[in-house]
Amino acid sequence: MLNCKEVTHLLSEGQDRRLTLGERVQMEMHLAMCKGCSNFRKQMSFLRTACRRYVDRVGVDAARKE
Amino acid sequence: MSDSSRTLGMDAQSLVEIRHDMLRFAALQLRDGQLAEDVVQEAMMAALDGEKQFAGRSALKTWIFAILRNKIVDAIRQRSRSINISALLPAETEMDEAFEALFKSNDHWLPNARPAAWGDPEAALHQEQFWAVFEACLKHLPESTARVFMMREFLEFETNEVCRELKISTGNCHVILHRARNGLRRCLESSWFAAGESSC
Repeated sequence: MLNCKEVTHLLSEGQDRRLTLGERVQMEMHLAMCKGCSNFRKQMSFLRTACRRYVDRVGVDAARKE
Repeated sequence: MSDSSRTLGMDAQSLVEIRHDMLRFAALQLRDGQLAEDVVQEAMMAALDGEKQFAGRSALKTWIFAILRNKIVDAIRQRSRSINISALLPAETEMDEAFEALFKSNDHWLPNARPAAWGDPEAALHQEQFWAVFEACLKHLPESTARVFMMREFLEFETNEVCRELKISTGNCHVILHRARNGLRRCLESSWFAAGESSC
């Protein structure tokens, strides 16, 4: 059973690499029961959105790195 | 109107504004005002030197920005030879301790440290003040931590490219990105989302 600290690491790494099936299953089980980690997940996804938007604000519809 | 400005379809004021935006973006990532000035200058010269025609300000800005990104990447590459990203400085250790302090001994959240719901955070993206807070939180990150995070999120390197460029292990890269994201999350929570909740 994963603890909250481990889940925060998986949620961050999930933005940088493809998590294994085992990792995803364990993480989803934890998230289903844990409000704090669910909020953490939403915050991580918001951060990514904010970064994309920030770049768009600076460069308008700048060509993304290929 | 001079020939050059007609060619670009651009007035001087637009160029000044574009330069200002580019400079903020470059300075945030390079943490070196002079170097930021240099890369922005190079990017604008390269964009304006070309024979390329621009249909309006937005097209020119997009073009300059694409060049600027490459110039920033080059500057980071040159600098990464002299900077040891893996070295754990007091500021990073402090962030790690602050993160550890959010958990009970069984590594579940302490009740008062549990991440809160941010309501409708997307609404913040339309507010000018939010972006000032966002930039302040990025500036607050330690330099190496910020470097890795911005290469990943602003320059859109894959994680393995970041590792290769900065000569750090994949594991370390994940640790640094986690540190950055948690730091930003907590900074935005205390400076924007919690502040907003109490005032309305």
